Amino acid sequence: MKKFDIIVVGGGHAGIEAASAGARMGCSVGLVTMDKFALGRMSCNPAIGGTAKGHLVREIDALGGVMGQIADRTGIQFRMLNKSKGPAVWSSRCQSDRKLYSEEAYRIISPTKNLEIVEESVVEVLIENRKVLGVKTSSGEEIYCKALVLSAGTFLNGLMHTGLNKTIGGRFGEQAATGVTESLAKLGFEHGKLKTGTPPRLKKDSINWAILEEQPGDEKPQPFSHQTDLSQFPFLPQVSCHITYTDLAVHKILEKGFAESPLFTGLIKGVGPRYCPSIEDKIVRFADKERHQLFLEPEGLDSDQIYLNGFSSSLSAEIQLEALHKIAGLEEVEMVRPAYAVEYDFFPPQQVDLTLETKLIEGLYFAGQINGTSGYEEAAAQGLIAGINAALKIQGKPEFVLKRSEAYIGVLIDDLVTKSTDEPYRMFTSRAEHRLLLRQDNADRRLIKHGYQFGLIPKDLFEEVDNREKSIIDGINYCQSKKYHARDVNEFLVKSGSNEIDSTETISKLCKRPEFSLKQLLEFNGASSDSEAVALLNDEKALEQAEIEIKYEGYILRQYEAVDKLEKFETTKIPLNFDFTKIKQLSTEGREKLSKVKPRSIGQASRISGVTPSDISILLVYLKN
Amino acid sequence: MKEDTIVALATPAGVGAISVIRVSGPQSFSAVDEIFFGKNKIENAATHTLHYGDIKNQGGKHIDDVLVSVFRAPNSYTGEDSVEISTHGNPLITQKIIELLISNSDVRLADPGEFTKRAFLNNRIDLTKAEAVADVINSRTEASFRGARNQLDGLLSKKVNDLRTQLLNSSSFIELELDFVEEDIQFVNQDELLKRIDSIIIEIDTLLESYEFGRVIRDGVNVAIVGKPNVGKSSLLNYILKESRAIVSEIPGTTRDVIREEVSIGGILFRIFDTAGIRVSDDTIEKEGIFRSQETVRNADIVIFLEDVNQGESRELFVDLLNLTNPDKVIKVLNKIDLNDKSKINSDVKISAKTGEGIDLLFEKLKEKTIGNESYTEKTAIVTSLRHHNCLKKSRENLINARESILKKMSGEFISVDLRNAEMKLAEIIGEVTSDDILNNIFMKFCIGK
Repeated sequence: MKKFDIIVVGGGHAGIEAASAGARMGCSVGLVTMDKFALGRMSCNPAIGGTAKGHLVREIDALGGVMGQIADRTGIQFRMLNKSKGPAVWSSRCQSDRKLYSEEAYRIISPTKNLEIVEESVVEVLIENRKVLGVKTSSGEEIYCKALVLSAGTFLNGLMHTGLNKTIGGRFGEQAATGVTESLAKLGFEHGKLKTGTPPRLKKDSINWAILEEQPGDEKPQPFSHQTDLSQFPFLPQVSCHITYTDLAVHKILEKGFAESPLFTGLIKGVGPRYCPSIEDKIVRFADKERHQLFLEPEGLDSDQIYLNGFSSSLSAEIQLEALHKIAGLEEVEMVRPAYAVEYDFFPPQQVDLTLETKLIEGLYFAGQINGTSGYEEAAAQGLIAGINAALKIQGKPEFVLKRSEAYIGVLIDDLVTKSTDEPYRMFTSRAEHRLLLRQDNADRRLIKHGYQFGLIPKDLFEEVDNREKSIIDGINYCQSKKYHARDVNEFLVKSGSNEIDSTETISKLCKRPEFSLKQLLEFNGASSDSEAVALLNDEKALEQAEIEIKYEGYILRQYEAVDKLEKFETTKIPLNFDFTKIKQLSTEGREKLSKVKPRSIGQASRISGVTPSDISILLVYLKN
Repeated sequence: MKEDTIVALATPAGVGAISVIRVSGPQSFSAVDEIFFGKNKIENAATHTLHYGDIKNQGGKHIDDVLVSVFRAPNSYTGEDSVEISTHGNPLITQKIIELLISNSDVRLADPGEFTKRAFLNNRIDLTKAEAVADVINSRTEASFRGARNQLDGLLSKKVNDLRTQLLNSSSFIELELDFVEEDIQFVNQDELLKRIDSIIIEIDTLLESYEFGRVIRDGVNVAIVGKPNVGKSSLLNYILKESRAIVSEIPGTTRDVIREEVSIGGILFRIFDTAGIRVSDDTIEKEGIFRSQETVRNADIVIFLEDVNQGESRELFVDLLNLTNPDKVIKVLNKIDLNDKSKINSDVKISAKTGEGIDLLFEKLKEKTIGNESYTEKTAIVTSLRHHNCLKKSRENLINARESILKKMSGEFISVDLRNAEMKLAEIIGEVTSDDILNNIFMKFCIGK
């Protein structure tokens, strides 16, 4: 009879983070997966990061997760998106070698101490007295645990659609997981269906590359991980993506297939993501758009396949191929595998707490697509938080919840738990109300202390970040007080195309002029010998942080003030067993929603739709007792 | 984090002998000191002391003479630093003073039941059960909701909703550019964005301007009738009562010497005061009455200066009148034209309070003075509540900030901070906020997704 502290079901992006964190925190972990060589397998596009997702990866890395390191070692194109905007919305994105990504995940995960990979399929969750007991596998074996993380991705009753053809499975060529949904439903869990899709894979040498627009990576690629050795980065040769477009002729052919579209004929019941529609959806909903952009992304350095980003579909394979042949550069293309849609079960996430433990069953955690999210990064973030909390609970330590003002991960989980979702949830920077504070460049300053505290971040890295913090703060104070005299600095200002000053001006005031970098201002008169300036000039990362905080000081301060105003609400906790139904003064809708969501703080309660400001006042009064 | 400082009227709304405005929270003393001019600063005053002085607006204009009671934490109703301002019982005065207080950024209007809530949370009231306090909050909230469900608020909600949609559209363009940078989409240019924001600012300005009128609609217009004895002041008042819809008959006990009636003319509430006399007299018994009449004239929005064909012009009285009020507020009315319609006395309206001749014209003049040249119709959205006015003002401030960021060529995420705040302030008026609106808008309007 097998027994672990923590069992993790599913070896995708959520599962490997949960398993790795739990094991490294000292718990024995069983990672149950149908195929150990499918760890961290990329089901959809071979890329990590992107707007807001890049932020998530940086945060996962700062907390001690593995995603950033795997992505850095297997990336074949790195780009910093939104570089023309302010630093808060810069986001890293990389193309990954799909095969190497999975191999790297196995290489990192498999030797982890306390971690055992179990190749099995789970068919039932074992529960006793509303507490998790373990799982039952398809071979009939029972494995026991103190905490169970369910991160089964699209595999729960997964059903794939191509035209009117249906195939049971969670991913091309792989089985589905049946029984788990049913066993949870019996316990009283609500469940629903979502849909997602993936575009066709094309044969690389059947594409007319010469006529396609090339999109290269950044000249100076930036890694995701704070732990990546810059002298070795990038680890792999870098390649380009290419761009092409559909046109009206393509749309016309696709329209022929609508009659047999599982989406339009109502065969697909699950709700798909609006930000990632299938090509047929785009044609119907935006009929006036004459073309749609498509990206040809390499599947890997040695791969003969190309991923056609923007062409996800559930139309029949014949129609897909006919339409592809009308696209510039794809006239002779061979389709290795058609696009398909996949429907899967999810559990509306109001059923989990901010720790990702379910409210119904103690010791049971949900992470990833099972909570209604989409995306590798969103999944990994949840896996990490679930794994950390499972370990903390077993060790009798306080739970770990990130605030919305602290991390995108906090926004993600709070959104899920507080508002639930009825479409696959993807992170966007616009979801973060404190966006200017949650930058990818300061993920380490925000979070590494937590990672270190859990033993997931090495001591030397923590100390490096901790020491840098002092340089940054001292450096900013220095710039705010150190004044330059007109007679010393005016020549330099004019030479740089800026305006003269009258008498004196602080470095920080001058730095707010867009034409100057902080470095220029510290060095204009030969390198300064003041210790604070030297500390900044000797540490590029500290200099960058000081510069951002000085340049955008007004805006950043206002965001801090906004956070401060909400702080009291966020820290006023609501006990787990608080009975909202007993408060008759609450509005009817407010009482209903509060009872369902069971918010943990007044702040969280105030974000539930239907809960009024007067409901919040009334709650505060009751919480006093 | 510090508590907000809150303010509200503590006595029932409407006209009473005195009204009390309560201010509570850490900034109470400094906020009151900004508008209160007495012998001592409130900031330095001992707890449980009374202070006499003037409330003046930012321009130094006298609003009212008041008594201020000082309560220092924890010895106050709420347990916080707290001030109670006793004013003359006139809704226009209390409203002005509250407006002055909340123009301070540290002070806001209290939520329903909030004083009681704070008192409870600070252990100041001995309600053994939280339930009782929750009841207070609940009942006050319901009362304020009932009051809000009229047609005017409906029009305002519609207008504000419309502005909010416009703002959402602008925000969507900005967020689109930030979150969907890889998409094949035309992004909005800064000039276009500026134009959109400017047009929203103009619409908010129009709403803000409507507030003066909205206040009239809600609180009524104070009209004082001034004239020598026997020019027919009472007859005029009686005739007006007969011809218009009288709302309440005389409210007893408010003042001894000023008679007040409320009437509705053309949908506007007029509060008509028949004054005893405003000329200074040596008679000590009369003195008090004269003082009250003068106060009434000072606070009146409109003054009917009544003369009659028999007694002729009352020049000295008119000079006295202009010491108390602005000539723009005065309607000169000549009475008793049934006796002699050839009088050469200069007047705005000629009437007979006996036959009713010319009264219609007087009503027109009253409406004109009230509404001015603004063409408010029944379809115009009008701001009547101070809370709404305040939200609009804050929203406007945020839009001005956003405007500045655009002019400074800041990237979208900086502009967005203020646009969101502006949008949230508008949403507060309507009472519904969902943060996903921008994303929903983007998904609806733009073809997103690779």
